[in-house]
Amino acid sequence: MSLLELKNVSKIYGNLHALDHVSLKVEKGEWLAIMGPSGSGKSTMMNIIGALDKATEGEILLDGEDISKKNARALTDIRRDKIGLIFQQFHLVSYLTAVENVMLAQYYHSIPDEKEALEALDRVGLANRAKHYPSQLSGGEQQRVCVARALINYPEIILADEPTGNLDEANEEIVVELFRRLHMEGTTLVVVTHNPEVAEVAQRTIVLRNGRVDHETVNENFTGKIKHITLQ
Amino acid sequence: MFVRMIGKAFLRQWKKMLMIAFTIALGASLATAMLSVMMDVEDKMNQELKAYGANITVVPKSTSVISELYDVDDENISGKYLKEEELGKIKTIFWAFNIVDYTPFISTQVKLDSGNEVTLTGTWFNHHMDLPTGETLDAGIASLRSWWTVDGEWIDEQTPGSEKCAMVGSGVAKRENLKVGDTLHVEGKKDALDLTIKGIFDAGGEEDDLIYVPVDTAQQLGGLEGKIDSIEVSALTTPDNELARKAAKDPSSLSVSQYETWYCTAYVSSICYQIEEVVTDSVASAVRQVADSEGQILNKTRLLMILITILSMIGAALGICNLVTASVMERSQEIGLMKAIGAHNPAITALVLTEVLCTALIGGVAGFYAGIGFAQIIGHSVFSASISIRPMVIPVVAVLVALVTLIGSMPAVRMLLNLRPTEVLHGR
Ligand SMILES: Nc1ncnc2c1ncn2[C@@H]1O[C@H](COP(=O)(O)OP(=O)(O)OP(=O)(O)O)[C@@H](O)[C@H]1O
Ligand SMILES: [Mg+2]
Repeated sequence: MSLLELKNVSKIYGNLHALDHVSLKVEKGEWLAIMGPSGSGKSTMMNIIGALDKATEGEILLDGEDISKKNARALTDIRRDKIGLIFQQFHLVSYLTAVENVMLAQYYHSIPDEKEALEALDRVGLANRAKHYPSQLSGGEQQRVCVARALINYPEIILADEPTGNLDEANEEIVVELFRRLHMEGTTLVVVTHNPEVAEVAQRTIVLRNGRVDHETVNENFTGKIKHITLQ
Repeated sequence: MFVRMIGKAFLRQWKKMLMIAFTIALGASLATAMLSVMMDVEDKMNQELKAYGANITVVPKSTSVISELYDVDDENISGKYLKEEELGKIKTIFWAFNIVDYTPFISTQVKLDSGNEVTLTGTWFNHHMDLPTGETLDAGIASLRSWWTVDGEWIDEQTPGSEKCAMVGSGVAKRENLKVGDTLHVEGKKDALDLTIKGIFDAGGEEDDLIYVPVDTAQQLGGLEGKIDSIEVSALTTPDNELARKAAKDPSSLSVSQYETWYCTAYVSSICYQIEEVVTDSVASAVRQVADSEGQILNKTRLLMILITILSMIGAALGICNLVTASVMERSQEIGLMKAIGAHNPAITALVLTEVLCTALIGGVAGFYAGIGFAQIIGHSVFSASISIRPMVIPVVAVLVALVTLIGSMPAVRMLLNLRPTEVLHGR
């Protein structure tokens, strides 16, 4: 059974088909990249997979469970328990420190555990920045805090919508490296990107166009090998 | 975590929070001031109005018509006097509790050394009574004529020798060239006495031509033992309505149930009626204007205070509504993010409301103390007395502030509930 399966999913705004009968399967532990021109429906799809938005029609099976008919409350529970979200604009709470931002996800999930949150920051190489506020961190560092926040509750799947969109090349490389490690640890990853270099490192890439899956490529050279980048 | 978040959110938005606290403080201070004044005003107004003197006079039946109209002085009319022994009964009527003060008068003509005749009136100054109910009452003109300016001092009936004392009106004192401490020889119809002048009073009216002495002294001088001319009563009354006016004309015209309602309401007419029941051959009548306005002023003042309280609370609610909505709007991304990572609506609502309520608490406490200050200013400028703060005001203001804060936050909470994370997280 696939971890995630979309069956004929459409999202219609007025007469605009942002998603038009999309079907897709993502296996457990898979690393999928989604590409496509602006307005092709990538974010729309991520919102639906991430239980942030509801499809107009079709079924979304997450872990064998159809989430397309669930109410807002149940969707919140699903986001909390099964999904880790990473955004292009980071979205850190500005008045909380890095470690507190990570603990925030723990707080809404179960109970905040500072030690565990610090470990998560350590995994993204930010142990020594834990007490910094977002405004005191570089864009790359902020996005690494977001990665730590996304993985703190051991989600089934991590969804990243253009995680490197606001980053320079060096930071992009660091984030990609983090994804590589997460993948090695068995985390399922879905990453939307405009950047072919980011897509290239995934196992499989689907390209959306006008709300449909235009084509799909499998990365023949995929090794999953960790490059040795120092995260500091 | 919750506490940490609230603390930090507070620090970051301290300007907005200060504004909210200030808005609430303003509302709370007005509410506190108005409620305190309102709760205390009854006493203050009573004291104030009591200062205007009695609102009921009691005279013997036979003289009521004639003497009030023609001012005759015919001692041969029988039943011209009331009985002194019945004075205590006034505090036993149904509305006894509403009778706050009363005093008898007994007048007689006396001759002074200069040969001039003066009216000498016996009355209570601070007559101490132990009532059958176990209460005690100090009644007399010392409190009924509180506006007099007295040179010297009031006669204190509790000190021995007070029966040999007199208080002389400023008119008499001037004519006879009398000073406080002088001995005044008076010759009555029956007896002659030497009285010590305890005080010279200025009443600003006819009473300045009188000499006031204790009741017994006047009776002794005039040979009027046990007799009383008239009684002045100060009573708290309910403003008259149709029923009271009908009853005042003729109580027997009422139906049984109307009669009961009337009898058991503190209308000035029913109190008069009850006084007539206990004082033989008496006629009690209202000194109209004062008795009526007393209740009405009270009601109107109270209404005004309630109105100001309500308006200030509405104002505060509107202010809070604006500020909290602005605060939530400013934080929409943060709220969207919390929802995205799994925060349920109640959790976020609780966060925002706790912040606002904490702010309200600070503002409310500050406002409460400011309100006590306002109340004192109002008390001193309007009633020339300090307002005592009733403990009741605290819970009432607390509930008002909490309600106003919650109601004011409603639109913001609705916005927060309707906020969809997808709308704020993708920077659209
Ligand atoms: N809430 C909405 N109401 C109406 N139209 C919408 C809404 N959200 C998205 N759309 C439309 O749906 C289409 C797909 O949008 P989407 O955000 O998924 O594109 P995208 O592939 O993520 O583009 P980009 O690469 O620019 O982020 C667009 O034409 C967009 O205008
Ligand atoms: Mg997008």
